Amino acid sequence: MQVASIHFKRNATAKLNDENLQQALARLQTRFVGGRAAVIGEIAELEETRTAAAAIRDRVLQNLDQWLSHFEQQATARGATVHWAESGADVNRIVAEIAVRHDVRKAAKSKSMVSEECGLNEALEAQGIEVIETDLGEYILQLAHEAPSHIVAPVVHKNREEISDLFAEKHRLPRKTGISELCREAREILRPQFLAADMGISGANFLIAETGSALIVTNEGNGRLVTTLPRVHVAITGIEKVVPTLEDVSTLLRLLPRSATGQSITNYVSILTGNKGAADHDGPEHFHIILVDNGRSSLLGGEMQPMLRCIRCGACMNHCPVYQNIGGHAYGWVYPGPMGSILTPTFVGLENAPDLPNASTLCGACAAVCPVKIPLPDLLRQLREKQMALGMKPWPERAALKLWSWLALHPAAYALTTKIAVRALFLAGGTEGLLHRLPGASGWTDGRDFPAPQGKTFRERYNRAFRENRHGEKRA
Amino acid sequence: MSARDRILGRISRALQHSQPAAIEAHLAAHPRGPLPPRPHDLIARFKERALLLSSDILHADSLAQVPAVLAAYLRERGLPAQGVCWPAFARLEWSSAGLQIQARPAHGQDLVGITGAFCAIAETGTLMTLSGAETQASASLLPETHFAIVQTARIVATMEDSWDLLRKEQQRLPRAINFISGPSRTADIEQTVTLGAHGPYRVVVVLLSS
Repeated sequence: MQVASIHFKRNATAKLNDENLQQALARLQTRFVGGRAAVIGEIAELEETRTAAAAIRDRVLQNLDQWLSHFEQQATARGATVHWAESGADVNRIVAEIAVRHDVRKAAKSKSMVSEECGLNEALEAQGIEVIETDLGEYILQLAHEAPSHIVAPVVHKNREEISDLFAEKHRLPRKTGISELCREAREILRPQFLAADMGISGANFLIAETGSALIVTNEGNGRLVTTLPRVHVAITGIEKVVPTLEDVSTLLRLLPRSATGQSITNYVSILTGNKGAADHDGPEHFHIILVDNGRSSLLGGEMQPMLRCIRCGACMNHCPVYQNIGGHAYGWVYPGPMGSILTPTFVGLENAPDLPNASTLCGACAAVCPVKIPLPDLLRQLREKQMALGMKPWPERAALKLWSWLALHPAAYALTTKIAVRALFLAGGTEGLLHRLPGASGWTDGRDFPAPQGKTFRERYNRAFRENRHGEKRA
Repeated sequence: MSARDRILGRISRALQHSQPAAIEAHLAAHPRGPLPPRPHDLIARFKERALLLSSDILHADSLAQVPAVLAAYLRERGLPAQGVCWPAFARLEWSSAGLQIQARPAHGQDLVGITGAFCAIAETGTLMTLSGAETQASASLLPETHFAIVQTARIVATMEDSWDLLRKEQQRLPRAINFISGPSRTADIEQTVTLGAHGPYRVVVVLLSS
């Protein structure tokens, strides 16, 4: 996928003025934020479980090479073929080679964000292989030639009317408007595609080192279909997705669906190990697993390593006041929201996504809900520090911060400056007590008034209260 | 040098250590994480959670009763009386209950699928099925109505308990383990939950108390 994060500010402004999108985002907030809140308390030992989940992910990262080797050994022993891809281009080449080897004409695909990193569909189509997305959201996006705007609910930005129009146009059937009718229509169009596909392509939510298995969570059942019916199954996932044991994955599964969609468990959890046996009626004859680096190993051993704990639930974006207002497309790449604001600059270069680490209020909601306790605001701040150190910030911002740091180190000058500023702003606020314009802060005042200070500085008031209090104590 | 060697090389350089012993010890111990409190009544808990997932629950005292119980469910809802089942249920008296059930893997057009389950999990109201020559995955996936016959003695508390059972009873993992928690669903359009996406519209758990 092309990286368009450089245009973040322009795109975010456009999204703020998109009425349909704003309604869709309000709905997302109700369903996903409300949904999580309703079920997360079902976990009796929530904090203990989150801590255990973070520890499971850290255990893997601390010895990632060992766990990957063990996974590969177990998967191979069961007849799967394990491939290693350094880049998105590698993934596309490997999948195309598998397709040629097994004479594949048609591939049915369940949702995979890693394949979005690679632009896999376009690459396969260029080789003459037909690719059909089967997750309802991804299928709608494929028809509309659009990119996902959320990692769990990819088509959150589109409303029912738009989907009705799209189906009527592309399916050439009478226009339907009911959601269940639309779902039925997609089911009936896609069922023959599953049955005819030569190859199924999926992601993997986890790889289990103990058993050499790929685990997929889905609700629609398309993940089961693409891994059961076609002759060939290719699972594509990041190298960081390894989990040691079946018990470890059970702990993570208590958190993943609850954090993602507010479900206690997804409809299907499928654990896939090896090829179909000689007597089996279903299952693929060939099972390929592609382990993708594409920038991930560069996070190991550094301050960004905790980001590799991520299990892609989307809770951070659902709860982010910035995502809630602009949606996923403005972020300009595969991963939006707080996790995307860290992954995008680290995967594609800080210079290609300079606004993303700053697209956060650092309110901390993301870290509070993260099931694996990734310190997202800390990581965002570290990226900002890196930008400052590399001189990537515009000079007025650098100068302002320099001035502020000098003042902060000189308390008397700080007291005097704030005293003058507070009084000047009070006067400028007039009888309304509001500032319509503030030099250097048009980003704030263009959209709303700035309330003018209504008294003395905090330090003046604190000192006075402190003196009066001490006076009172003495008298008593 | 292969991509594999380059990736593993980058990882081991970044981590600057290597502890195969720690891995082996963790795999051997496979410790459990924090668990929910064990319910007093596993069956009641399973039923409560399964209903929350929009599954239906039926009861039968014996396997022999199952055809009549299923036939009544299908008739009440005006659903078709033809379908497929796992070979284990081939000998049940389907036709005398008015059903035409064939013991074969499901095709895309089959509307009713009848399966067993390896076990069921009370914590979430989930069925656990293992794929195999006699336990085809397609029967629980392609039809619009899925019946799963589960002995109440096979209801365990948690997914962790199901692993213990699996390790005790099976030499190795089957090709596919499917945990099934209610009818397939999607909320992709306007985040509105709609039952029956690509899999079954109905999941009916038949609890066998014998």
